[in-house]
Amino acid sequence: MTSLRYMLYQLRKNPLSIIGIVIILTFIIIAIFAPIIAPPPEGHIDPYMIPRYGYSPIPKPPSEGHIFGTTEGQYDVFYGVIWGTRSAFRVGLIVIGTVLAIGIVLGSIAGYFGGVIDEIIMRITDIFLAFPILILAMAITVALGPSLDNVIIALIIASWPAYARLIRGDILAVREEDYVEAARGMGGSHLRIITRHILPNSIYPTLVMASLDIGAVVITAAALSFLGLGAPVGYVDWGQMISWSRNWIVGPPGNPLAYWYTVTIPGLFILFFVLGWNLLGDAFRDILDPRLSRK
Amino acid sequence: MELRAYIVRRLLLIIPVLFGVTLLIFALLQLFSPVERVALYVTNPRQFASVPDMIAKYGLDQPVWVQYGHWISQIFQGNLGWSKVVSQPVTSAMLNFLPATLELAIFATPLIIFGGIFLGSKAAAHKDKAIDHATRLGAIVGYSLPTFWLGLMLLMVFYGLFTGLFPPERLSTEMNIVVHSEAFTQYTKLHFLDAILNGNGRVLLDSLRHLVLPVITLTIVSMAFIMRLMRSSMLEALGKGYILTARAKGLDESTVVSKHARRNALIPVLTVSGYIFAGLVNGVVITETIFNYKGLGWWFWQSAVNLDVSGVLAFALFNGVLFVITNLVVDLLYARIDPRVRLGGKVT
Repeated sequence: MTSLRYMLYQLRKNPLSIIGIVIILTFIIIAIFAPIIAPPPEGHIDPYMIPRYGYSPIPKPPSEGHIFGTTEGQYDVFYGVIWGTRSAFRVGLIVIGTVLAIGIVLGSIAGYFGGVIDEIIMRITDIFLAFPILILAMAITVALGPSLDNVIIALIIASWPAYARLIRGDILAVREEDYVEAARGMGGSHLRIITRHILPNSIYPTLVMASLDIGAVVITAAALSFLGLGAPVGYVDWGQMISWSRNWIVGPPGNPLAYWYTVTIPGLFILFFVLGWNLLGDAFRDILDPRLSRK
Repeated sequence: MELRAYIVRRLLLIIPVLFGVTLLIFALLQLFSPVERVALYVTNPRQFASVPDMIAKYGLDQPVWVQYGHWISQIFQGNLGWSKVVSQPVTSAMLNFLPATLELAIFATPLIIFGGIFLGSKAAAHKDKAIDHATRLGAIVGYSLPTFWLGLMLLMVFYGLFTGLFPPERLSTEMNIVVHSEAFTQYTKLHFLDAILNGNGRVLLDSLRHLVLPVITLTIVSMAFIMRLMRSSMLEALGKGYILTARAKGLDESTVVSKHARRNALIPVLTVSGYIFAGLVNGVVITETIFNYKGLGWWFWQSAVNLDVSGVLAFALFNGVLFVITNLVVDLLYARIDPRVRLGGKVT
């Protein structure tokens, strides 16, 4: 408890981390109140599909009805970026949540029991870690068939090993502590020792890392959608919205920035979303690293 | 002597990993039907006429371990299948696209490494001063930038606003004709190098102009990563006793920073160079896609969106193997520099 209070105190002292918290809170509010901020037009069936206002390929600049303009195919940019916040949270939270669960189970088994089982689990993680994440995720998505759900599955498969390793390492560090010995001596079962004594004392850094990794996951998912392997056409997704702007980077002669809104606005949403998590992460890392913080 | 034992142990350890890497790729392959998998054994489009014969010939209806044997023996013979997006065998496609990607890497890697180390140690040496805050903020923003968006924004400004200043693709149409003409010998297929060897200034200028934006895009994200790491590693080194000693004996600050602190701070940076390589590969796929820069990454993307199994899996396999080897080299370098590693942490 003291360390939590100490952490909050440190967080408050660091202006950058406050900016991070504000950014994340703003996005949470946007995600929750999406139906109020950008109400779907009447008769629109699926709110997770961006409404279209015509079929012309040429983007239209911001106007009264569409404050961020419309992009290629007349998809409303404002609606897309607001509802896209929900997709970003969904992908980030599902991937990180699942990866944490897998990591905790396999990491504790490997770290606690050691021996052959540890060796097997660690060699398996070695294999997955032999690939750059984007490449592995792309290969898996292609093998499963491109869709947003398969992007989520691919990201989970590509990122669990890092967590399993981290948790294993942290468990190794506390496995031989006196209080674990004591629990063992009192006849506690393995499950009880792991969940009641070891995990509460070793899981902290992993949880922090997980919360920061959400930004990285969202960037990779957006990249996959941008490359045409993720969200179905028309789905509220920031990466896909940027891919629609690819043909409109350069405007007509004499007005080269005519279509700036198609690429700039969705990109800024991704940038700020990821920046929020990273600012928070940087602050956490400084606080958790005792060599740097308690001088 | 210990170093040699360490190397042998480390070399033996990568065998199961490489075996696992091929197994993983093979497992992904099993998600496809035999008809799709036939593409892996095709070396010539005319063979597509006899798909059922080929399924029988390569035993694609046989048990998986038999199939794995066939598959791996084909790979050892250099046959990775047929890449339908470029209508040539995968092996020759990879060889043809490699020079373009190398060209990017040749310019981006030194920028990433030296730029990151320089800025990171600068920030640490001036902790909590303006330059520290600026580089820190720059690093966090750089780290948060989606590569694909950064590339498009750069294009918008330097290709759109400043009309045609730094264009996408590898060469302009005009220079492409020059490069492929009789008078121009392609020694290395690296355009800038060939231009120098041929003494052709216009091609050189053109190829460099096309390299500017992709190299910047590729550099920024990875450089931010090194910068951050270098800063914290440098801060740690600056707090050590030997720095106090160096200062106490009256050395000037720049010698202390560059000779004493930076050299020791470099070790942690070296250990993550494997990850920098991974970041570079990830970045290459996205960067080449945005700039329509026809290298390995572009080809991988084309293969992926066209669901071309043989291309995608060959590139993934190639990367897995390359990454394992990179990490091996890094570990060996690390052991060479830091005796504690090869002695299993027994020396303190």
